[in-house]
Amino acid sequence: MNTHTVKAYGDELNQLTAEVARMGGLAEAQVADAVESVARRDVALARAVVERDVKLDAMHRDIEKKAIRLIALRQPVASDLRKALSAMKLAVDLERTGDLAKNIGKRALILADSEPLQPLTRSIERMGRLVSTRLRDVLDAYTAAEVDRALAVWGTDDEVDEHYNALFRELLTYMMGDPRMISACTHLLFMAKNLERIGDHATNIAETIHYEITGDDMIGERPRWTPGPGDTDLSHPAGQVA
Amino acid sequence: MTDAISDSAERTRRLEAGLKRRHGREQRFRAYGVLAIAVAVAFLLLLLGRIIDQGHRAFYAHSTTVSVFMDPSRIDRTYPQGTNFLQMAAEQQLARYGVQDDALGLKSTAMRALFSSELKFRAAEQVRDNPGLIGRTVAITTPMSDDADLYFKGEISRDVPPEQRRLSDQQLDWLDRMKAEGVVGSEFNSALFRNGDSTEPELAGVLGAVVGSALMLLVTAGLAIPIGVAAAVYLQEFSPRNRLTALIEVNINNLAAVPSIVYGLLGLALFINWMHLPRASPLVGGLVLALMALPTIIIATRSALAAVPPSIREAALAMGASRVQTVGQHVLPLAMPGVMTGAIISMAHALGETAPLLLIGMVSFMPGVPHSVTEPVGALPSLIYIWENASERAFHERTAAAILVLLAFMIVMNAAAIVLRRRFERRW
Amino acid sequence: MKFRIFRSPENEGATGGGDVERRDEVVTGASVPMPKARAGSGAPLGPTKIAARDVSVFYGQKQALFDVSLDIPDKSVTSLIGPSGCGKSTFLRTMNRMNDTITGCKVTGRIEMDGSDINSRDIDPVLLRARVGMVFQKPNPFPKTIYENVAYGPRIHGLTTSKSELDGVVEASLKRAGLWEEVSERLHTAGTGLSGGQQQRLVIARAIAVEPEVILMDEPCSALDPIATAKIEELIDELRERYCIVIVTHSMAQAARVSQRTAFFHMGRLVETGDTEDIFTNPRERRTLDYITGRFG
Repeated sequence: MNTHTVKAYGDELNQLTAEVARMGGLAEAQVADAVESVARRDVALARAVVERDVKLDAMHRDIEKKAIRLIALRQPVASDLRKALSAMKLAVDLERTGDLAKNIGKRALILADSEPLQPLTRSIERMGRLVSTRLRDVLDAYTAAEVDRALAVWGTDDEVDEHYNALFRELLTYMMGDPRMISACTHLLFMAKNLERIGDHATNIAETIHYEITGDDMIGERPRWTPGPGDTDLSHPAGQVA
Repeated sequence: MTDAISDSAERTRRLEAGLKRRHGREQRFRAYGVLAIAVAVAFLLLLLGRIIDQGHRAFYAHSTTVSVFMDPSRIDRTYPQGTNFLQMAAEQQLARYGVQDDALGLKSTAMRALFSSELKFRAAEQVRDNPGLIGRTVAITTPMSDDADLYFKGEISRDVPPEQRRLSDQQLDWLDRMKAEGVVGSEFNSALFRNGDSTEPELAGVLGAVVGSALMLLVTAGLAIPIGVAAAVYLQEFSPRNRLTALIEVNINNLAAVPSIVYGLLGLALFINWMHLPRASPLVGGLVLALMALPTIIIATRSALAAVPPSIREAALAMGASRVQTVGQHVLPLAMPGVMTGAIISMAHALGETAPLLLIGMVSFMPGVPHSVTEPVGALPSLIYIWENASERAFHERTAAAILVLLAFMIVMNAAAIVLRRRFERRW
Repeated sequence: MKFRIFRSPENEGATGGGDVERRDEVVTGASVPMPKARAGSGAPLGPTKIAARDVSVFYGQKQALFDVSLDIPDKSVTSLIGPSGCGKSTFLRTMNRMNDTITGCKVTGRIEMDGSDINSRDIDPVLLRARVGMVFQKPNPFPKTIYENVAYGPRIHGLTTSKSELDGVVEASLKRAGLWEEVSERLHTAGTGLSGGQQQRLVIARAIAVEPEVILMDEPCSALDPIATAKIEELIDELRERYCIVIVTHSMAQAARVSQRTAFFHMGRLVETGDTEDIFTNPRERRTLDYITGRFG
């Protein structure tokens, strides 16, 4: 790939993407740590996650500033423009991801006070690991600028939904069985929802990467979990469309 | 080496050392320039000084007032011109001075030699206009003869032995006496500008030659300028750039350097011998000078056209002007100052060319003032040549005067070129 | 193509600003005042005005253009971009046969305007140039008065029959070029006494006085300061509603601002052509991308 005739311009673009990659790494760590703090009931870790979220916010603001500066001063076009805009979009997605991870951490702190719920937290752990992996994969695709890897992540959005729905049914069953569990299960439900949202953000990131590299929109609908014949009945405890 | 330059102290030192050398060269160069100009100006002043020194005396001439008794016994009323008034006046003057004429009439001849033959014509004219003057004494003012005039200007002195002078001692005495009587006056020599050429120096003037030159210039300008400008416009703007046009260009440049006498030979062979045009006429002279001026006009016009920036041509062409409209309405008007300068300067050169004129016959004595382009005339340069070769001493100063007249013409024409150029200069 | 950040179906084409009543109007389809369609906002282009097919240009033995085929639509601005010496000015000049004035220049191929080949023998270049005007890089008004400059074209082509008609044409042209207010008091002073930007507008007025169909501009703003440049760009915006405009420019930003179609030339060949929007957001050719992002030349 040719370099810009004005070297500083190319350096600024590279710095921007490097910063996004760094933010991605931090977001990834937040998610992994939040899930782990739930699984191991680790209060210190959960607190660390909550406190570290400020950094993510700062990085978001910084990336936005850098991107605006680049657009104003360099008047980028075509691929350079897409790169700058994509960096801004990714920063938004990653900042939201961080907020969701912080939320999980907060709830982990609350759960740590009550009794352990081993099987349920294990489900969360499994879902968390899937989400984490997807996030890591899509960020690797960004750093490597490889569309196919991003598309691979994009294609597995339905897996997250499946996990979520399974967790949902599980939690409902628990709540119906033992009303004393309702509080804890509700927190877990929110955590599951957050993880599902994180999965969506990873899919967003995949779409942004595709746009940045090809300049075209993604064609086709995201893969979604389609409800089965018994799933639309709201009276049934398991019936819920994601 | 790079280290030495990047070390700023060393760099400064080298710069300063070189500076002195460069300033020195500059001063010397300017001194040479000033010296060259001084030498040129010195030569110019020397030349002009010599000419003015020789010629200024021609601009004034002495005249005298003679009382002439119109002797009725010698004047025929019906044909007054027949009387030799000069002889009559000389005899009367002799009588007035108490000098007896000898048997051969040498004394009256000597007295006659002091007055211009103009006296004859003036007296005859007065008597013809007024016959009542016969029998009366008339005071007639007439120029002195060329020798008498020279004596009064100090050219003839008594120190020189009489055999080597044109005037005898007796004649000089008579002249001194006339001067003492107060009848001798000095005035502007208008004859120099009112008369044509004459064998008598005191009556000789440049008018005939000036008119001849002017007629010739008219013919030259009328032929050379239109043809030259048109040829240059075609060559510069329209003709394709190929070997033929390159050949033409080389030939034109060479023709500008051909000696002018060759054009004279061409004129003689072509216009006079073959086409039988009248010899020594302004027509032939104009044709020859036109041929000479043509290359110069073409070259000057071409460079004036080339100096017009191509953006003007492009603008005109892009507007949909044809090639002819572009040249005629835009390029040529902008090139006008250069064209006019070239034309006027080449006319000024043509004015001063002598060699071709000599070959086409303008060498001989041409009295009178010409009126048409087909009669034989003289021109200023050939007049100067003729006067320089004349035997009478008085023609010496008149030659220098004629040179001054020619120079004045050239200065006026060059000044006109500069003024016209300034007025028509347009900035693009 | 759409930017997902900036456009959504609600605010496409509307004046923006999201108070609730306005939203309801949009949803119910009631009329919302639309801003006047201006350059780059999707106003329709006219039919093809000039069609070039396999045009090659030779300067003696040297070939400057290689088989260029390009369609230029009417009522729009087409910009030709590319590095120095890529042939864009040469191509521009084929469209009013100004290359004819250069000795040794040969043009092959077919250039059609409204269907007829402009290089054929029956077309007089003088008449062609009354239909296709040109504006040059360095403003070159004639060294005459402002009035005479603008009146020159109509005069030599015999387009007006009376003095008052000519006066009207001069005034209309100067008004359309945005110069009338500044010079109406001094029409009979020298055109060369104006500032650079004013001179260029005078030259444009001169070009449009003959009511051409096409206006060719060869880097019209490269000798002007930014304010004069902006005025000329605004003028081009207004002119494109009447004329077909082709502009050669070194400044890609200007091409992006001013044109609806862009053609990228490189080393005498046409590399890519397309809607300006597409060229500057997602060009197809690698060379185009490298050039517009400043990765070479």
